[in-house]
Amino acid sequence: MLYIFCPHCGSRSQNEFAYGGDATVKRPDLNNEISDQEWNNFVYLRKSPRGKHLELWHHISGCRQWIKVERDTSTHEIFKTYKADELIE
Amino acid sequence: MQKYSVFSLIKNAFSDHQNWEVAWKDPTPKKEYDVIIIGGGGHGLATAYYLAKEHNITNVAIIEKGWIGGGNVGRNTTIIRSNYLHDDNALFSEFGMNLWRKMSQDLNYNVMFSPRGIINLAHSDAQMNAYSRRGNSMRLNGIDAVLLNREEVQKLIPMADFSDNVRFPIFGGLMQPSAGTARHDAVAWGYARQADSMGVDIIQNCEVTGFDVTNGKIVGVRTSRGDIKAKKVGLCVAGSTNILAEMLNMTLPIETHLLQACVSEPVKPLLDHVVTFGAGHFYCSQSDKGEMVMGGDLDGYNSYSQRGNLPTLQHVLTEGIAMFPFLSKLKMLRTWGGIMDMSMDGSPIIDKTHIDGLYLNCGWCYGGFKATPASGWTFAHTIAQNRVHELNAGYSLNRFNTGDLIDEKGLGTKTWIS
Repeated sequence: MLYIFCPHCGSRSQNEFAYGGDATVKRPDLNNEISDQEWNNFVYLRKSPRGKHLELWHHISGCRQWIKVERDTSTHEIFKTYKADELIE
Repeated sequence: MQKYSVFSLIKNAFSDHQNWEVAWKDPTPKKEYDVIIIGGGGHGLATAYYLAKEHNITNVAIIEKGWIGGGNVGRNTTIIRSNYLHDDNALFSEFGMNLWRKMSQDLNYNVMFSPRGIINLAHSDAQMNAYSRRGNSMRLNGIDAVLLNREEVQKLIPMADFSDNVRFPIFGGLMQPSAGTARHDAVAWGYARQADSMGVDIIQNCEVTGFDVTNGKIVGVRTSRGDIKAKKVGLCVAGSTNILAEMLNMTLPIETHLLQACVSEPVKPLLDHVVTFGAGHFYCSQSDKGEMVMGGDLDGYNSYSQRGNLPTLQHVLTEGIAMFPFLSKLKMLRTWGGIMDMSMDGSPIIDKTHIDGLYLNCGWCYGGFKATPASGWTFAHTIAQNRVHELNAGYSLNRFNTGDLIDEKGLGTKTWIS
């Protein structure tokens, strides 16, 4: 069982959350010409690293906020969690 | 190579089974090979076997960071089927079914292929319509498919929950009678033994640490046991694909996720088929030892851990008990996990890459085991001829760019949602 620290609610069990995937993927800016390759990169390509992974989780059975979680994909250690709009250095 | 038969079994019984030949050798890596296959799982071993058998390429090494058959080929639920809707998947898998049917004879190794049939349960009229469409599509591709109504399903699996007051009543099901199971370890060992006998070097405990690429062409791999030169390199590493891709500065339409499976204590024979629950993700069959072999959903977040988490197992088994209430009385014997290369459309990739001499075999999602012979056969063809075979032409790496997805289930890019 993962325990995820929701920045809004505190530590909660994984059962309250839904996973939202890689949080580093960036949608191409609106109103710009974009190539098929850029769109392909955004929609389909993923680094999926072994180790530190910044990912989105949705606290769907709690405060219903989206959050970002920095987690190790091989040990499941959670290093830090952020609010969705928090700037990450 | 010593031929396995009832006579060799009797002969060796007299010497207390102490004089069997080793099934494959433990060679030191040579300086150079024509082809290096990275990954000594089912697909890698099968690829080496078909390279030697179909294309006479025997200066081949299989490099495996652990031991052969220790990854997903030894961690799956042994199901073999070709009940696909889309042509690319159906024709590829049915080609594989034909290889499965003669595999024990081909490899002189009993893989215990058991075509016991698979039944996908339907729990609504809409699902019956979808199955009827899938069944028709299968039959057009020459694959056996039978649409069963509720009574017909009840005759085959009377132990399923047919009571009145259930959340997901059984409306019927789609059956592929020629589908089945095989002993997964034997598949790896059978391919390994034959590949070894034809001159393939199986190098275990040898981890790839990097690649040598010169002027856009692969020239060798760096490993924990030294640098090895190669004219061609094939990647067959399932859940570790992204790790190797990073060494090559490639980003792929693949995410690595964890899938669990489990077996119950052994019980007397009661389930003759492979059965899948239609209102969730759960499948079940009974092994020859009597254990109920079960599996279902991914753990639901990127993972390289090779061991599972309890909430998912609990969720999957809740579905299992909804389908087969008797399962609640059984004790769990073992649970385990394997890491899956989940592709963005649910279908695999067997293709060349932008690096000359580098070939890619990945994206097997839930269905890697049954694809073992067809994957090895087509990957060997792709490597040997430096062009894809028509059977794997649809499994191109570029299809995500061109929009030619093979979205068998229409799930989109959320690979962890099943």
